Amino acid sequence: MENWLKVCSLEEIPRLGTRQMKHGEKNIALFRTGDDQVFALLDRCPHKGGPLSQGIVCGRHVTCPLHNWNIALEDGKALAPDVGETSPYPVKIESGSVFIRL
Amino acid sequence: MQKLKLVMVGNGMAGVRTLEEVLKLAPDLYEITVFGAEPYANYNRIMLSPVLAGEQTIQDIMLNDVGWYAEHGIRLHLNKKIVKIDRQVRVVVAEDGTEAGYDRLILATGSTPFILPLPGNDLAGVIGFRDIHDVDAMVAASRQHKHAVVIGGGLLGLEAANGLKLRGMDVTVVHIAEYLLERQLDQTAARLLQKSLEDKGLKFLLQKQTEQIIGRDGRVSALRFKDGSEIPADLVVMAVGIRPNSALAESAGIHCNRGVVVNDTMQTYDPRIYAVGECVNHRGIAYGLVAPLFEMAKVCANHLAEMGIGRYVGSVTSTKLKVTGIDLFSAGNFSGGGNTEDIVLSDPMGGVYKKLVIQDNKLVGACLYGDTVDGAWYFQLLREGRDVADIRDHLMFGQSHVGDAGHQGQNKAAAMSDDMEVCGCNGVCKGDIVKAIKLNGLFTLDDVKKHTKAASSCGSCTGLVEQILASTLGGDYSPAPAAKSMCGCTDHTHEEVRAVIREQKLLSIPDVMRFMEWRTPNGCASCRPALNYYLIATWPREAQDDPQSRFINERAHANIQKDGTYSVVPRMWGGLTNAADLRRIADVADKYAVPMIRVTGGQRIDLFGIRKEDLPGVWADLDMPSGHAYGKALRTVKTCIGSEFCRFGTQNSTQMGIALEKAFYKMWAPHKVKLAVSGCPRNCAEAAIKDVGVIGVDSGWEIYVGGNGGIKTEVAEFLVKVKTAQEVLEYSGAFLQLYREEARYLDRTVHWLQRVGLDYVKKKVLEDEAGRKALYARLLFAVQGENDPWKERAVAGEARREFEVLTV
Ligand SMILES: Cc1cc2nc3c(=O)[nH]c(=O)nc-3n(C[C@H](O)[C@H](O)[C@H](O)COP(=O)(O)OP(=O)(O)OC[C@H]3O[C@@H](n4cnc5c(N)ncnc54)[C@H](O)[C@@H]3O)c2cc1C
Ligand code: HEM
Ligand code: SF4
Ligand code: FES
Repeated sequence: MENWLKVCSLEEIPRLGTRQMKHGEKNIALFRTGDDQVFALLDRCPHKGGPLSQGIVCGRHVTCPLHNWNIALEDGKALAPDVGETSPYPVKIESGSVFIRL
Repeated sequence: MQKLKLVMVGNGMAGVRTLEEVLKLAPDLYEITVFGAEPYANYNRIMLSPVLAGEQTIQDIMLNDVGWYAEHGIRLHLNKKIVKIDRQVRVVVAEDGTEAGYDRLILATGSTPFILPLPGNDLAGVIGFRDIHDVDAMVAASRQHKHAVVIGGGLLGLEAANGLKLRGMDVTVVHIAEYLLERQLDQTAARLLQKSLEDKGLKFLLQKQTEQIIGRDGRVSALRFKDGSEIPADLVVMAVGIRPNSALAESAGIHCNRGVVVNDTMQTYDPRIYAVGECVNHRGIAYGLVAPLFEMAKVCANHLAEMGIGRYVGSVTSTKLKVTGIDLFSAGNFSGGGNTEDIVLSDPMGGVYKKLVIQDNKLVGACLYGDTVDGAWYFQLLREGRDVADIRDHLMFGQSHVGDAGHQGQNKAAAMSDDMEVCGCNGVCKGDIVKAIKLNGLFTLDDVKKHTKAASSCGSCTGLVEQILASTLGGDYSPAPAAKSMCGCTDHTHEEVRAVIREQKLLSIPDVMRFMEWRTPNGCASCRPALNYYLIATWPREAQDDPQSRFINERAHANIQKDGTYSVVPRMWGGLTNAADLRRIADVADKYAVPMIRVTGGQRIDLFGIRKEDLPGVWADLDMPSGHAYGKALRTVKTCIGSEFCRFGTQNSTQMGIALEKAFYKMWAPHKVKLAVSGCPRNCAEAAIKDVGVIGVDSGWEIYVGGNGGIKTEVAEFLVKVKTAQEVLEYSGAFLQLYREEARYLDRTVHWLQRVGLDYVKKKVLEDEAGRKALYARLLFAVQGENDPWKERAVAGEARREFEVLTV
């Protein structure tokens, strides 16, 4: 059950920034918020599949680079008025390292 | 204070719109009670046609659900028909005995379908088309039965027929006149319409008069005509007209005459009682379309709110048919005759027919079939009664052919003036929509519907609203440049923010947000890139550039493509290249298996389909400067051959272009910036549509500014003529620096110029020599402090992280 994988150190993700991560065939986007929380989403915008890892992080959402949808970092759901969702993955930070469960 | 009691009878489109308007003007004046005979809250009756056609559901067309009434403290009685008004004690009584007293009463009882007085009209399966109940009955019939007959070839009848056909029935439309929609179309257009409906599988019997409806076991089975012929029918929909529903008013002794008679303030003969909607007769007219009803609603609400300044003086109406795939528009007197003149365009093979009717140099009618994009424009000319003598030659070809609008391409929306009506149902003009988009930062059709109500009734202007969205939001998929506050995160304008950054010497985005009390913790994708630009443009070499506040193209220094790969455009100064550079580009293309290589319109080479991880490698191998093709920055300086080779050349345009590009390369700007230099007035480099265009003449160089080749072509304006290449650099540089310092983020030079005016620029750049030199010096100071972004990232280091993918 407890299958946490170490990804990188917190410092390797820029604050209010993103990193791309690959796990097998899966592309995952990591986000670090202004208050140093880290979130992970499948790197596919629910709109037309845009790479969320290339978006801009604000508050608790990321703005997709292709057509500006806003996607909530916690649950991968598009913010109103758009509708759609992408998969979220649990992330935790322990002594400066970022772990993900897939 | 005791609230006044307002009671409304009839819970339909006109009535509820009146309440909405009252609540806007005087939210606390009334205690409101509503009676509706139908079991539903307020829905969009217009959209019953698409519901019947299976294109929408009842859920989609609800306008105000039960929650809305509760929210506004309105007592709602559904399924209760009022049968009596006692005007003495001021109380209304419902069928089941429910009573409500009123101080003011609104009658909004709509109308009822006219049922022909034929033998058999009371058989099961004979219905009108008016409410959800009728739609349910039609859908149920389509499941069990085969033959449907619609009596009446008007708008309603055709929409019913189309819907039933889509539900799988075999549908015949019976019409008494010689051709369809005789009240909306002339004969030619009607024939075209009939043809395309026949292509959809509908059948028509014209000039047929029904004599009897024949039944079997209590249900309709056939229709017999006056000429003796018969057709099978399991369902008969009567769509031969509507009758204002004024029975209730009449029974209460209120003066009625084909509708409840009202004055210009929507009051009946009993001044406590107002009436709005289809049940009304105003100046002898009973309307059957929502646009005039909504106008009535506004006036009525104005008086109910005790403001007393509105008057309803009648409406000119226009119609459209809501059958998917058929474009039809008509307004005014389109059948001509008398002392009118017709202009006709007829292309039956192409399925287009247009007729304009003119009287005394004014447009009095229009009938369009197949191509209705100019409908709104004609309707406006018609209502304004504008003299069209001066544009008569071009009138038929639409608005984009009139005057100097010729460059604006296919986009009708961009060509419409702000006061032109887009949504006829709700009376929303283009200007209202544009304003709402800009003020509220709207991006989607739904946003616009919510904010302006445009496209929220019959939906036939949806395409136009989308075009307006596209033309308002504009290029590069960038967020809208907000006209007032920067975005939803702050109430400050761009100008205020720029001023504070300068005066308080703010150097970082968090500082600006703290100082100016941003509402969101870290802004949004619209204000962050703007703030980042304002900071580095105001305090070059001091403010820290924040990559996380840049749009991905500027963060990755390459253009993101729709599949998530990138394009790479190296700089080729002034469009010049050489064998060694071309060879390196070829080698890179091989090494990274670049799927597409193309020559850009900016005279350089674009490598497409590069994976993000490969970008640093590509840059290292190319070893050429960044082309900034991805940035709000100096893109290219396009040049022509010029005096070195060209037999017409008067100046060395190629050298001049290279000098400009080398001087201003790495310049960030509010938006992209394009330059061009031509060697003579033949202007092969197209300098007239660039932000700065330079044209060589015998005695020197002419400088033009503010050109643009985008959605809306703008020809650059002449700024100045100078003698030397050094002056070209200084004047162009000063102009660009002024733009960098004063424009709003996402303004192209032309937008900013239109706001401040060319005279202002002339004052700063031409008349004030010291000012010009200072501007130019500030520009050089800024660009010389920038590094080449590709060189930085081609080598290992922190900046490379952006391109490295973590693997787990
Ligand atoms: C299928 C269809 C398509 C249409 N398409 C268009 C279109 O494309 N464009 C356009 O502009 N217009 C269109 N119309 C016309 C438009 O829907 C009407 O003009 C509009 O709905 C009239 O509004 P109203 O409030 O006057 O009446 P309604 O919306 O009919 O509301 C009247 C309400 O009052 C109730 N009522 C009546 N008597 C009583 C009573 N005694 N007690 C309690 N309740 C009562 C009725 O049940 C009804 O719910 C269409 C209509 C139909 C049926
Ligand atoms: C407003 C609408 C426009 C948008 C959104 C737009 C967008 C773009 C984009 C995204 C690119 C980069 C392509 C890439 O390398 O991936 C580009 C390049 C280019 N565009 Fe446009 N463009 C617009 C209008 C125009 C017009 C009207 C012209 C010409 C008059 C033009 C000329 C060019 C040229 C020459 C290039 C190549 C630039 C270079 O070499 O750096 N564009 N445009
Ligand atoms: S603009 Fe004049 S100088 Fe330049 S290529 Fe054309 S003709 Fe020759
Ligand atoms: S793909 Fe993300 S907004 Fe369109």
